[in-house]
Amino acid sequence: MFYREAGDFKTSYRADSQTFPIRLDRMGYFAALAVAYGVVPFVIDDYWANAVFVPFLIYAIAAIGLNILVGYAGQVSLGTGGFMAVGAYAVYKLMTAFPEVPIFLHVILAGGITACVGVLFGLPSLRIKGFYLAVATLAAQFFLVWLFNKVPWFYNYSASGQITAPDRTMFGIFITGAQTSAAAKYLFCLVILTLVALMARNLTRGTVGRKWMAIRDMDIAAEIIGVNPLSAKVTAFAVSSFFIGIAGALLFSVYLGAAEVGEAFGINKSFLVLFMVIIGGLGSIFGSFAGAAFLVLLPVFLKNVLVGGLGWPTDVAAHLELMIVGALIVVFLIVEPHGLAQIWRIAKEKLRLWPFPH
Amino acid sequence: MKDMGEGYTTPDGRRIGPVLMELRNITLRFGGVVAIKDISFDIREGEIRAIIGPNGAGKSSMLNVISGFYVPTEGEVWFRGEKRGPMRPYQVARLGIARTFQNIALFDGMSVLDNIMTGRLTLMQSGLFSQALWWGKAAAEEDEHREKVEKIIDFLEIQNIRKTPVGRLPYGLKKRVELARALAAEPKILLLDEPMAGMNVEEKEDMCRFILDVNDEFGTTTVLIEHDMGVVMDLSDRVVVMDYGRKIGDGPPEEVRNNQDVIDAYLGVAHA
Repeated sequence: MFYREAGDFKTSYRADSQTFPIRLDRMGYFAALAVAYGVVPFVIDDYWANAVFVPFLIYAIAAIGLNILVGYAGQVSLGTGGFMAVGAYAVYKLMTAFPEVPIFLHVILAGGITACVGVLFGLPSLRIKGFYLAVATLAAQFFLVWLFNKVPWFYNYSASGQITAPDRTMFGIFITGAQTSAAAKYLFCLVILTLVALMARNLTRGTVGRKWMAIRDMDIAAEIIGVNPLSAKVTAFAVSSFFIGIAGALLFSVYLGAAEVGEAFGINKSFLVLFMVIIGGLGSIFGSFAGAAFLVLLPVFLKNVLVGGLGWPTDVAAHLELMIVGALIVVFLIVEPHGLAQIWRIAKEKLRLWPFPH
Repeated sequence: MKDMGEGYTTPDGRRIGPVLMELRNITLRFGGVVAIKDISFDIREGEIRAIIGPNGAGKSSMLNVISGFYVPTEGEVWFRGEKRGPMRPYQVARLGIARTFQNIALFDGMSVLDNIMTGRLTLMQSGLFSQALWWGKAAAEEDEHREKVEKIIDFLEIQNIRKTPVGRLPYGLKKRVELARALAAEPKILLLDEPMAGMNVEEKEDMCRFILDVNDEFGTTTVLIEHDMGVVMDLSDRVVVMDYGRKIGDGPPEEVRNNQDVIDAYLGVAHA
């Protein structure tokens, strides 16, 4: 009844093509931002930061990155874990080599390095499509993990073969290392996520995004109207890997603190992020958030209900959790193959007409 | 046919300019199959040029040669007085040649507006970083091109569906959106591959009106393939007739209609 576009007149093309054309949506967006920046940092504790907020923020970045490649440009990739590892090892090498540079810059640079690697592995996409491309990116996943395991230079010849994030600060506040506060971790990831989401939105609504979607929907027609398929696919791989590299850098330096490549960035990670994108909704920025929230929060929620609420043993709960999450994924894909974003869209369309059915 | 030099004026007062594109001795082979055999013709500025012929005559192949989708095995394509080298289709698009497809080739996941905006991709220049930050050039450019696209939307009378995803539209409207996308590129030559296939009478009339209006309003040179003879004879200034990959007729509709080879190709010949 209150959710209406009637009376909300647009007098310029810019107003018409804004991200949230309906006033209530716009208010909701600013309210969410206000809560995320103004309230959560003051009430957050270690449990909430480590179990819920920080992983959600980091996976949301990764999901946005993968969504650009799979959802917008239509190039299937199973190399996400490998590209996140590139980001993690890049930030590690940068942090240890240039300790005085602010960590923010390192994270961005790590993203840039990942973008270059992504372009390299994206070049075959010009000749191979669909499942075959997925297999080619799978090769990237295994090769990169192998590389970081086998070449000691990447982990600075440490005895365990692990990489450990040194203490680094920004404006005198610890961002990485054991002394970091929950609020600092949260805010650092939140700022980067906000920037990433804005950039992703801007790219997908403009010329670049249209080129990607044209290639996705019909590559022959796209070429006929003047899209250079090589440059469109390569930019998609570059931008996607840039975001995924940032997510990998944050996952290692801010969240995990120490990582072993096969365990932290294995094929499981690739599938996890891909599931987030599919469940959230291909070709939707909101869907990336929704998918990341779903797959990060659901296990935490189930664990709290099963162990905390029902008092079941932890190992039974852990197995059950896997089964429930798996079953829910299947149910979701049957009920709404276009993901949570589509459910949201339908709900909004219904809401606009409510209380009338048509 | 007589030489018309720098152009002429049609009986209904439209100005036809000099030769814009010339196809010289085009031959196209796929292995042993000869799709086009030694065909030459020209396209003049501002005219509506039809290519007709029975099924399998090589009309679509000819259009694909013009749009750069096929590279001819032999022969030359001259465009605006220059010989066109071997090019990828997206490079040909940048020369100002736009087309529609026989089986609609729109981007189903995108809205009508976005589909038409893709037509202007070759005219937009802002870079990746400018767009990522939506700063300066990118946003201004978007508005500027949106205005041009809105004019085309008005022109083709599709205002009410501009935000609808293309996948939900009926066939006739999809054809119109595809025409809009091609027009958005402000093409020097517009190629239409069976723009009226599968349409009912009203839709055909609409489409004819749009093709004539486009030619009238923007002076767009149009090359079209069509099976409906009534439409071809009404719309076009000059007609190329193809059969089995060869050219069997070329000229104004009245002339072609009375050409014995053309009549034979369409109606068949009694073998003695």
